Amino acid sequence: MAVVSGGTTLIDNGALDAGVPTGSLTLLSTQTASASATIDFTSGIDSTYDSYVFKFYNIHPSANTAAIQFQGSTDGGSSYGVTMTSTIFTVLHTEDGAETGFTYQAGDDIAQGTGFMKLHRHCGIDNDMSQNGELTIYNPSSTTFVKHFMSRFSGSWHAPGEMENFTAGYFNTTSAVNAIQFKFSSGNIDDGIIKMYGVA
Amino acid sequence: MGLISNGTTIFDNGSMASGFGGSLNFISKVTASSSSSIEFTSGIDSTYKEYIFYMVNIHTSGDGDNFQFNLSTDGGSTYAVTKTSTFFRAGHDEADTTTELTYITGRDRAQSTLDQVLHQNLGTGSDESMSGYLRIFNPASTTFVKHFLSEVSANNTNNKLEQNFIAGYANTTSAINAVKFVTSANLIESGDFLLFGVS
Repeated sequence: MAVVSGGTTLIDNGALDAGVPTGSLTLLSTQTASASATIDFTSGIDSTYDSYVFKFYNIHPSANTAAIQFQGSTDGGSSYGVTMTSTIFTVLHTEDGAETGFTYQAGDDIAQGTGFMKLHRHCGIDNDMSQNGELTIYNPSSTTFVKHFMSRFSGSWHAPGEMENFTAGYFNTTSAVNAIQFKFSSGNIDDGIIKMYGVA
Repeated sequence: MGLISNGTTIFDNGSMASGFGGSLNFISKVTASSSSSIEFTSGIDSTYKEYIFYMVNIHTSGDGDNFQFNLSTDGGSTYAVTKTSTFFRAGHDEADTTTELTYITGRDRAQSTLDQVLHQNLGTGSDESMSGYLRIFNPASTTFVKHFLSEVSANNTNNKLEQNFIAGYANTTSAINAVKFVTSANLIESGDFLLFGVS
């Protein structure tokens, strides 16, 4: 059954008409970690949207001081090791006020490497600690351009304190990136939710 | 009554089915008018994992005021949640004599219940204001502390642009259910505050 109003088709064949305004941030999938070694998004990343946003809520590691990190795939998730170049800087303030930091993390950036890129460093493991933020990947299906990404995280530093992480970079490939994997540098993703959105 | 098209449920029980519609859900808007504070005491609950406040053209009555916020766990009766945070900014003046990229130790918080500054020394020229956003993650959690992120761009008192980056957490496992915006000394003369939930 179609729904037509004033001569305009609103709904037909099980879908909203493309002309119906729905907002530009569309939830594509949600994954909830439960002592998970990895969280993989292997479908839904294609040419449908200009960019894809991953949102992270209460990501909690099993290993103290581990880093939450990611890599991309050009083969649907069979392998994760796309060459990338990236930056990372952090902002830090401990609860006792004794330490602040505003630092480029030269040891955690990547220069034409195929390793996993850190999104948040030195995550705390206390029960009330977690990491929150988002990662945007721009036009991953392009076969012309390299694929840029940016992220910003607010999370619990293990000391304890607040640590904010900014990362940016690009997958240095003109092949389409069609899968993304998240994992900690050691241990599991104990808990947390990762949502993937498309931005029209 | 539900609405089903070609076997797919589009609407049912008064709402659109998952997968349809956008994920940025408007909750409420408050417009300041010589207001001593702007408070959001409803709509912040477990419905969404993320709440975003957009602050548009916030204009204060006192030159050099700071603009700041605090959080409540009792529905707005009190606003004094313990916070630890960071604050850095980029700046550039109109005369092109000053640039900066600096961590601001006086505006961060270390286990403090004081308001968190989002901008310091706001200008009050008729064309000057502050705009930006504040995100709060999973405020209803009773397990985790509540992290927040903010970025604002504003006119400073001395014809200088400042872009501030603030991050931190409310160090409580009680649910956060109200947010208050104030200046350090005077009124919020004008400006729009829009609250969204991300589904």
